[in-house]
Amino acid sequence: MNQSEKKALQITACKVRMGVIEGTFHAKSGHPGGSLSAADVFTYLYFKEMHVDSKNPKDPNRDRFVLSKGHTCPGLYAALALKGYFSWEELKSLRHIGAMLQGHPNMLDTPGIDMSSGSLGQGVSAAVGMALAGKMDQKDYRVYTLLGDGETEEGQVWEAAMFAGHHALDNLCVIVDNNGLQIDGSISEVGGPDPIDKKFEAFRFDVQVIDGHDFDALEGAFNHAKEVKGKPSCIILKTVKGKGVSFMENQVGWHGKAPNEEQYQTAMKELKETLSGLEAE
Amino acid sequence: MAEMVKKATRESFGLAVTELAAKNPNIVVLDADLAAATKTEIFKKAYADRFIDVGIAECNMIGIAAGLATTGKIPFAASFAMFSAGRAFEQVRNSVGYPHLNVKVVGSHAGISVGEDGATHQCCEDIALMRTIPGMVVLNPSDHYEMKAAVKAAAEYVGPCYIRLGRLAVESFHNNDDYHFEIGKGITEREGNDITIIATGLMVSEAIKAADQLKKEGISARVLNIHTIKPLDKELNWKAAEETGKLITIEEHNVIGGLGEAVCGAVCEKCPVPVIRMGVQDTFGHSGPALDLLKEFGLCASNIVKVTKEALKK
Repeated sequence: MNQSEKKALQITACKVRMGVIEGTFHAKSGHPGGSLSAADVFTYLYFKEMHVDSKNPKDPNRDRFVLSKGHTCPGLYAALALKGYFSWEELKSLRHIGAMLQGHPNMLDTPGIDMSSGSLGQGVSAAVGMALAGKMDQKDYRVYTLLGDGETEEGQVWEAAMFAGHHALDNLCVIVDNNGLQIDGSISEVGGPDPIDKKFEAFRFDVQVIDGHDFDALEGAFNHAKEVKGKPSCIILKTVKGKGVSFMENQVGWHGKAPNEEQYQTAMKELKETLSGLEAE
Repeated sequence: MAEMVKKATRESFGLAVTELAAKNPNIVVLDADLAAATKTEIFKKAYADRFIDVGIAECNMIGIAAGLATTGKIPFAASFAMFSAGRAFEQVRNSVGYPHLNVKVVGSHAGISVGEDGATHQCCEDIALMRTIPGMVVLNPSDHYEMKAAVKAAAEYVGPCYIRLGRLAVESFHNNDDYHFEIGKGITEREGNDITIIATGLMVSEAIKAADQLKKEGISARVLNIHTIKPLDKELNWKAAEETGKLITIEEHNVIGGLGEAVCGAVCEKCPVPVIRMGVQDTFGHSGPALDLLKEFGLCASNIVKVTKEALKK
């Protein structure tokens, strides 16, 4: 990846983060922590990796994305808005009565959402179904799904993983946002899902563990995943919950809490400085 | 006239979905390691490349079916009712119902007529669970020909649908040649003016037998076949309430949340009349031969006759 391309992605990711803050602030609720940790992978998927067209969101040959950790949709919505699926202004009505953007993704009303999700553990199964259909119909689209690391405590994740490995779904890429925190504390204290990588390996996945905030690493991992034949891929992203907003970073309390007016101003100021820094370089 | 056949509705389902698949390449069938029991093995033999055995993982099966449906497939996802509607309820609700995906959830071995397997497998709650999901069609066909017609209607209907199958072989009383099935349209199996017996699934044939017996004794009992629990044919129920004044519902299901409560809800809106709800009276089942269990739980023609006579005395 050349420097200008990387810069462009970093700028977009910063805007995605601004969208997360904008959305959750106006909603007075929502989940900024995990939306910010996944902002870079949302950006990479929609602006580099996936074959999608915002003008033709139901294209049967498109790549699919299932946000299994549906609560982090403020980040996905921001990426979709930047990609042109709907206007940026929509983010400000997130979670409002009558709004298109629901608290968790709703495929019926929101262009670009490939699957309704939010009840943890279910997205992988749906992604497996999409990947299986691709194999049955001999289509070459790929299916991506993003899980939280805490989400891997749901048994259904492993039912789906077993199926994907057994059926050698090499058009499926399972991504884990490994920010280390869940609502009640650190994942090592609460549910103990580690070692996540060894578990996916045992379920016959090709597994990579990378820095989820490094676009060169993301490019390397997603390119490698496309080359893997005969097994599904798993990319575990080492991330920082709340990434990009200093007072939210690694703070479990920012899992599901909206910034107040003062926090909103502070966060936006910090992100604007990051953005102008990137643009000035 | 088609010949009378004696088949379990699970087998009728397996035959129907296999027949339909010849003309509709989008139909796929999923099972969770019970293909021999749910009769999806009939489909598997004919269309191995469109049959998906997910193993013993019903929640995953429903999710995979949802994903398949997003691509235009018409998945029939089958297991015992206890597991497809029971264990995977939340997956059906959130991954199928909320996005209104075109998945047909199939629940076999429903009710106490599962028999010897006992309470853990005798699902008497599936109708209640499925009918609470917004937009869900709930079908409970009564015999071979009705099941075949219902599966065809379900495949043609675009949206989530639950189909209830029985384990027990039952004699058919419909006619293949002229049988017309319409989702949401109940059928008057016997005319009558003294009372109405409203039945669903395997209880329809028992209700007909009871009505025929009652007729010999001078009692005119109407019999309604409610093969679609949701959307319920309210007009037919209202008409029966108005014209006969008393209703008996019978179902192989808990009286809480099933046909009986659906009928009560409907008649309350327009013409409240007394309703006696026959069914499983808020208890678990237990092991035993199916026919003996049905008798024990009062789910048989002779008990319908008895309950009807008592109702008419009041």
